[in-house]
Amino acid sequence: METLTTLKNTALTNKHISLGAKMVPFAGYNMPVSYTGLNEEHLTVRNGVGVFDVSHMGEFRLRGPKALDLIQRVTSNDASKLGDGKVQYSCLPNEKGGIIDDLLVYRYNEGEYYLVVNASNIEKDWNWIEKHNTEGVDMKNVSEVMSLLAVQGPQAMATLQKLTEVDLSKMEYYTFTVDTMAGVEHVIISNTGYTGAGGFEIYVNNDKAEHMWDAIFEAGKEFGIKPIGLGARDTLRLEMGFCLYGNDIDDTTSPLEAGLGWITKFTKVFTNSKSLMEQKEKGVAKKLVGFEMIERGIPRHDYEIADASGNVIGKVTSGTQSPSLQKGIGMGYVKTEFSKADTEIFVKIRDKALKAKVVKVPFLKK
Amino acid sequence: MNFPDNLKYTKDHEWVRVEGNIATIGITEFAQGELGDIVYVDIGTVGESLDKEAVFGTVEAVKTVSDLFMPLGGKVLETNPKIDSNPESINKDPYGDGWMIKVEMSNAGEASSLLSAADYKALVGH
Repeated sequence: METLTTLKNTALTNKHISLGAKMVPFAGYNMPVSYTGLNEEHLTVRNGVGVFDVSHMGEFRLRGPKALDLIQRVTSNDASKLGDGKVQYSCLPNEKGGIIDDLLVYRYNEGEYYLVVNASNIEKDWNWIEKHNTEGVDMKNVSEVMSLLAVQGPQAMATLQKLTEVDLSKMEYYTFTVDTMAGVEHVIISNTGYTGAGGFEIYVNNDKAEHMWDAIFEAGKEFGIKPIGLGARDTLRLEMGFCLYGNDIDDTTSPLEAGLGWITKFTKVFTNSKSLMEQKEKGVAKKLVGFEMIERGIPRHDYEIADASGNVIGKVTSGTQSPSLQKGIGMGYVKTEFSKADTEIFVKIRDKALKAKVVKVPFLKK
Repeated sequence: MNFPDNLKYTKDHEWVRVEGNIATIGITEFAQGELGDIVYVDIGTVGESLDKEAVFGTVEAVKTVSDLFMPLGGKVLETNPKIDSNPESINKDPYGDGWMIKVEMSNAGEASSLLSAADYKALVGH
């Protein structure tokens, strides 16, 4: 008998369909991959303002006097450095040297935190954190009731400023506040994003999601605001060299190999911290690097990377034609001796080995 | 969606215009929509004689890459010189400026096995 998988909808699925979006299954959700075309959407975010529905993302609320202690034990970054209203990028290491997920940690106050995780990992993360919750932290998975709109681009602030009394220009990067927006109370306004274009992420309850979407589009009309699909989300993040879980990092890649040493803090004990510290001291055998194509070609996930003699030295984890730079860019793991900027490498694209060079990320310089 | 009646089609979403023993080949409006923004077309088979359904090249879009298949057997005579510098013409005008190759058919009879516009329309459900 045929097995039917039912895709979940976000509170805005019908909105996307009525806007003519091309919908695809992503992490169990029916999501918009593009509306009018990837390049156009990409450049809208770089030059103006665009809105992504990323309500598929997961959110966990952790409450109680031992919440910080639990977060410190399961994440790699040092969450004790967070003040109220601050956000931190972090990851959940596993016991075998890999990464369970990357996530954002939001601190409301000393007894209340929110974790924002990847949609595809909600269950895995929840089970992992719950397993480590030995001190009675009150955990609640609010993923299914919360919508998330990422409003990104140089005109994002001017758009959202029309909808709130909060002085958005005073909000620093990676901070958030809970306030009224578009008449809706208790909205989380977060100066974060996954595009490098600036902007905010707006967390709102599902029943207010459509109202918020409409209000944002009305406010952004004068700036040519557009809905943006997951396709452009991927090219935008890749131009910044941001990791995508499942591509660039996964259960087998170490945060140190992935260039996430800056969120791996040995000021505390956390899952696998001892062996990660040893890895840091000994040095890693492979590293995640960014590269640009010199010869014309587009690198893709899983293509092999070779040296000048044709020996395989690594693998592409993400790649695309950069809509801003108009050339092929990618990330991949290479043997450490090939990880320095300007090193010549070759990407095997079909039957050819095409020349590329290692570059520092972000690909798109400010 | 537009599928001109005077063209023939394949299940691989290519179109064929037959004139004498020459077939002009491109991808359909449906195919360009599925691929999204096309970045370039890589065809290294000019001068080669290929069988029906052999790969004659690949088309690279921002998000994805797809092989291009011979709708019928023959010798690849030329590629569209304009799509190299202007690949977006495949998105904008798939049946006109976005044509990809011209083929000298080895067996003109093969063309009758291709899909009609109505058959193809039914296949893609538009």
